[in-house]
Amino acid sequence: MSIKFNNVSYIYSPGSPLEKKGLDDVNFEIKDNSFVTIIGHTGSGKSTLMQHFNALLKPSSGSIEIAGKVITPETKNKNLKELRKHVSIVFQFPEAQLFEDTVIDDIAFGPKNFGYSEKKAKDVAKEWLEKVGLDPEIGNKSPFELSGGQMRRVAIAGVMAYQPDILCLDEPAAGLDPQARKQMMNLFVEYQKAGHTVILVTHNMDDVAQYADDVLVMEHGKLIKHDIPKNIFADRTWVKKHYLNEPTASMFAAYLTDYNFDENPLTIDKLVDEIKSNLRK
Amino acid sequence: MSKIIIGRYIPGNTLIYKMDPRGKLLATIFFVCIIFLANNWLSYSIICLFSLLAVWATKLKPKVFWDGVKPLIGLIFFTSLLQLFFTSGGEVYWKWWIFTCSSYGITNAVYIFIRFTLIILISTVMTVTTMPLEIADAMEWILTPLKIFKVPVDKIALVMSIALRFVPTLFDETFKIMNAQRSRGADFNNGGLIKRAKAIAPLLVPLFINSLQTAVDLSTAMEARGYRGSEGRTRYRVLNWSKYDLYNLGYFVILTVLLLIFRTH
Repeated sequence: MSIKFNNVSYIYSPGSPLEKKGLDDVNFEIKDNSFVTIIGHTGSGKSTLMQHFNALLKPSSGSIEIAGKVITPETKNKNLKELRKHVSIVFQFPEAQLFEDTVIDDIAFGPKNFGYSEKKAKDVAKEWLEKVGLDPEIGNKSPFELSGGQMRRVAIAGVMAYQPDILCLDEPAAGLDPQARKQMMNLFVEYQKAGHTVILVTHNMDDVAQYADDVLVMEHGKLIKHDIPKNIFADRTWVKKHYLNEPTASMFAAYLTDYNFDENPLTIDKLVDEIKSNLRK
Repeated sequence: MSKIIIGRYIPGNTLIYKMDPRGKLLATIFFVCIIFLANNWLSYSIICLFSLLAVWATKLKPKVFWDGVKPLIGLIFFTSLLQLFFTSGGEVYWKWWIFTCSSYGITNAVYIFIRFTLIILISTVMTVTTMPLEIADAMEWILTPLKIFKVPVDKIALVMSIALRFVPTLFDETFKIMNAQRSRGADFNNGGLIKRAKAIAPLLVPLFINSLQTAVDLSTAMEARGYRGSEGRTRYRVLNWSKYDLYNLGYFVILTVLLLIFRTH
């Protein structure tokens, strides 16, 4: 399931005094089964872009090809369920979407909506409850008895349970403890390796460096760069100019002025390798 | 998304925007009273002229005002028709069963129509040029004398401003939850009444829980910053009278005097 944006623009409250461009002539293509990250500072249009992936927002002009469907400004709001089964979004702080009596029922809500039988929905709910690293015991508890971190996992399980081909996540690890964060990221990487596309909106450049195959950089509603992480972070001044950060490993490497790096190390592993080979010389 | 307009305020910078909300609110109430002074064609023309001048002074598109009148147009016509058919007196042109159409009826119908429309126009002028929070502040000021009767005016005002402040937040929250549930395959637009009522639970439950959480957080934050009731507090938004309010006052004095002179005694 590849994604293709053709000259997509989106305007908020058109015709009113508060009219504002959310997206400005965005063009790109994402390959099937890739791990994509979207970066850019606050208000750059990342979330607006993401809401186009499953037609929660429709372009004001241009068209989007996604999961065998073409979305244009004229696309009707009906019959989008099929698309949303294939392309799903986990919003920022998704714990705010929990509502059912029990954790299992809440995770089963999505699957049931997308045509799973009652029994099958509960089965996948139990399966994903464990996959996100929660104790099966809590399945019968109310989601509101859980801790913030647990609620977050339940909410994410609620979307992954129906296995969308394209999974979009808006800062899924914000506010989680480091351990939980790592588990989360591993879960997404595994999901991608199992043959899905994962799109991650993030401010964490280490995640970008470590996991992404493809990076989209947004600024003022425009797509200003679309490349692999290595090329994104290649130009230090460009990164600074656009209010982005370098990955921790690159920043560290920049201090090691006596060392010779074959290439800018983006991850800790790479950095360690480079330092080792320098020491051997 | 956080820029949803509440009320009908439209940002602008013309003369009327610079007037004090207290003055504007009082003037609107006063206008509703003095419009009853008009009782002949000349006095109605004067008040029409003054109202249209106020509308023009906002420099906003006519559509804004049409949007203000539109929802009430049915009521206006209905009331005018009642006047038209049930007023007796003057020359009778047409009569059937209990309905009569007389010269008095026609004049009265037109007067009522003008009166209604002008009241809506003037209150629209006020609401589109004044932020809801300013209106709340102005209402607090007007209600201040009630303190003598132990009415907790400042508390009421605090409740009003907090409520107004959180309308856009709730809107945002609603949209966010709707989008999240839509992503999970919820359908808010299709199906029969029962299906739709059921579809609303995934929206309402999180919304209620979030609002309660927000309320608790807000009260904690207020207490953490030393809020101990409104007694003796200074204000963040200070209302100041300015020369523009003299224009407002002058405008209404002239209008009232003209109406008093030209009405039929």
